[in-house]
Amino acid sequence: MISKTVDHLADAVAGIEDGATVMVGGFGLAGHPVALIDALREQGASELTIVSNNAGNGDTGLAALLKAGRVKKVICSFPRQVDSWVFDELYRAGAVQLEIVPQGNLAERIRAAGAGIGAFYTPTGVGTLIAEGKEQRTIDGRDFLLEYPLHADYALVSALAADRWGNLVYRKTGRNFGPIMAAAARTTIVQVDQVVPLGALDPEAVVTPGIFVDRVVAVGERPWLHDGVFVGAEAAS
Amino acid sequence: MTAGLERRALAARIAEDIAEGSIVNLGIGAPTLIADQLPAGLEIILHTENGMLGMGPAPEPSLVDPDLINAGKQPVTELAGAAYFHHADSFGMMRGGHLDICVLGAFQVSQRGDLANWHTGAPDAIPAVGGAMDLAIGAKNVWVMTDLLTRDGGSKLVDECSYPLTGKRCVSRVYTDRAVFDVAPTGFAVTEIFGGGTIDELRALTGLDLVDATSVTQEGRS
Repeated sequence: MISKTVDHLADAVAGIEDGATVMVGGFGLAGHPVALIDALREQGASELTIVSNNAGNGDTGLAALLKAGRVKKVICSFPRQVDSWVFDELYRAGAVQLEIVPQGNLAERIRAAGAGIGAFYTPTGVGTLIAEGKEQRTIDGRDFLLEYPLHADYALVSALAADRWGNLVYRKTGRNFGPIMAAAARTTIVQVDQVVPLGALDPEAVVTPGIFVDRVVAVGERPWLHDGVFVGAEAAS
Repeated sequence: MTAGLERRALAARIAEDIAEGSIVNLGIGAPTLIADQLPAGLEIILHTENGMLGMGPAPEPSLVDPDLINAGKQPVTELAGAAYFHHADSFGMMRGGHLDICVLGAFQVSQRGDLANWHTGAPDAIPAVGGAMDLAIGAKNVWVMTDLLTRDGGSKLVDECSYPLTGKRCVSRVYTDRAVFDVAPTGFAVTEIFGGGTIDELRALTGLDLVDATSVTQEGRS
């Protein structure tokens, strides 16, 4: 029997080594795997390279991992936000490295890693600071930059539900980087609201097939949902 | 010169130029105001780069759904016909030329249509590009919505951008509080002036040799 489910968050993040490259899903807090990141912080791995769209919001999730001093480098598209004070302070103090990647290049580099692509030419960034040091090529009269795939040791992803084979469905804009990060990492770890029985997910509706998933942990339904149906923040409180 | 259009009126003016059936991405900041000005009853599909087509307006506070946000991380709603997708597909839509229009803010736009809107280049600034570079080179029509002048009174329309570029030769039209400018082969062409201003006043404010295309526009609109 195949079962990728683990009972505890600590088991889900076990073995993540110091110095690992970890992709963290989410756009802002939508799809942000807060429970897994909290477990990683408790697990203690340090000198991490984080690949994520943002560099932490508020004081939770990735921001808390940064604040704990576990992150050596952040590869992201949009670190500076109204609520990115944790990253801002570390960056200004020279305590964390930053690699800025345009959001579409970030997504495509992650996708390319999962799809076994060696490199690709993209028009994004031509003639900008992003182009410095990159090979440029003219194809059919248009200029492109060579970009390489972005691999990771681990991906931490948040989805709505999984079965024990690791098939995933997401919810609304919480999907964002989940499917491509799941494919790009050597080990993909997913937190879900609930694990459903094998066969309960409509195969036509599976977004991330279980082939891309290694570990699944159920963390319970979020406050704004009831049996997977949106009930609103007020109804929940 | 009388005062120019205020933001909401400018957003309404831009909305007039968006045809039914268009797929549109509205950048973070002022361009998001355009969503509220789109004529009711017209089917215009809004794309948000975090992974949705068919984005609707902000919900009632009691219906805020943390899983349903726009690129500015504000709560939104889904319209009938909406679709969700992952980030690589979302940016494939841009890069692949599937978006009809995007409207972005700007620090500067040059006469050739170069756009600078992501980084001031200041030594203490934390750069953050997000999806701006992908939008700038991807949409079929890249429009800019901005005040003509900076807070210091400098022109945002320039001969050459001094800030780091977001994209080269990508902007086709600039909607400002003072006038609408098309990026023409010969430089900026003024197609419409707001608030009773004149082309000479605009030339003085920008320091640029602006082409007067207002009469053409008026004939075209009549």
